[in-house]
Amino acid sequence: MSRINDVGGMVGFPAIAEEPDEPAFHADWEAHVLALNAALIRRGVYNLDEFRDAIERMEPAAYLASSYYEKWFTAITTLLVEKGVATPEELAATGDAAGA
Amino acid sequence: MSGDHHGSSAISERVRHVEALLEARGLVDEGEIDRRIDEFLAGGSPANGARITARAWVDPGFRDRLLADANAAIREVGLSMAGGLQEQRLKVVANTEDEHNVVVCTLCSCYPIALLGPSPAWYKSEAYRSRVVRDPRGVLEEFGLELPAATRISVWDASAESRYLVVSRRPEGTDGMSEEELAGLVTRKGLIGTAAV
Repeated sequence: MSRINDVGGMVGFPAIAEEPDEPAFHADWEAHVLALNAALIRRGVYNLDEFRDAIERMEPAAYLASSYYEKWFTAITTLLVEKGVATPEELAATGDAAGA
Repeated sequence: MSGDHHGSSAISERVRHVEALLEARGLVDEGEIDRRIDEFLAGGSPANGARITARAWVDPGFRDRLLADANAAIREVGLSMAGGLQEQRLKVVANTEDEHNVVVCTLCSCYPIALLGPSPAWYKSEAYRSRVVRDPRGVLEEFGLELPAATRISVWDASAESRYLVVSRRPEGTDGMSEEELAGLVTRKGLIGTAAV
C-alpha cells in the first residue's frame, strides 16, 4: 500500500510556485534541522533509510500540513524516541526550556 | 502545505531545545552544527552541473563517457557523487531534437546536491512531484518551456540510490564560445529539465 509521500500522479495539488532568488534555508532553524540529522546519522543513532521511513510514515494530514524541514524535524524526534535516546516529554520544549 | 514557513518561532524554540538536549547527552559536539551547516552550503552548486554540461558540449568523447557511466566521467572534471552520506548512482540524460528530459523525485526530494547545490522549494513541493509525471508538457509550459508537439518528454524519477542530471541542447550561435563561457549559459532549471538550457 502506498504512503502519503507517494504523490506521483495524484491530482488536486495547486500550481507550482517558484520563488525568485530563493535562499538555501528560509529560517535558521531549518539549517539546524539539516545539520542535526546529519550529525545523528554520522553517529549511527539511526541510518538514512530509517530517516526516510520516519518521514514517509507520518500521519497523512500532518505530512501534508508540514513544511519540508518540519517533516524532517518530526522524523528526527520520532526516531530519537524509538531509539530510546529521549522520551517525548524530554523532547517537548517546556516553558522553562523554551526560555519564553 | 509544504513550502509554507508558518509557526517559525515555535518550531525554532523546539529545535533549539532538542539540539541542547543532544549536546548535553554527548550526541552532538559543540560547534558541530554550525560546521555541518557551513559544509552543506559549501558542498555543491549549479556551477558544477554547468561545468559538466559545457564539457559535454565541447568534447563528444566526454559526452559519450558521461552518458555511459556518469559516476566515472564526472571524476574527469573533479566531481564526485561520493561526498554525501552514501554514494549515489548518477545517470546523465541528454536532450536531443526529438527528446526532452526532466527530473523529479515523486517520493520526496532526491537530488544531486553535489552537482546542483540545495534544491529549490518547488522541486520538493507536492505540486511539482504529483503533476510533472501526469502532465509533464503542461508543467513545463508553466515554467515557460514550450516544446514542439513532436518532442518526446521523458520524466526521470530519482530515488534514494539514483540521481539524475539533464544535459541540455547547446544553444545555436555559441560556436565561438569558450567552455567557461558556455558553462555560464547553463541554469539550475536547465540541469533539472524545467528550462531549455
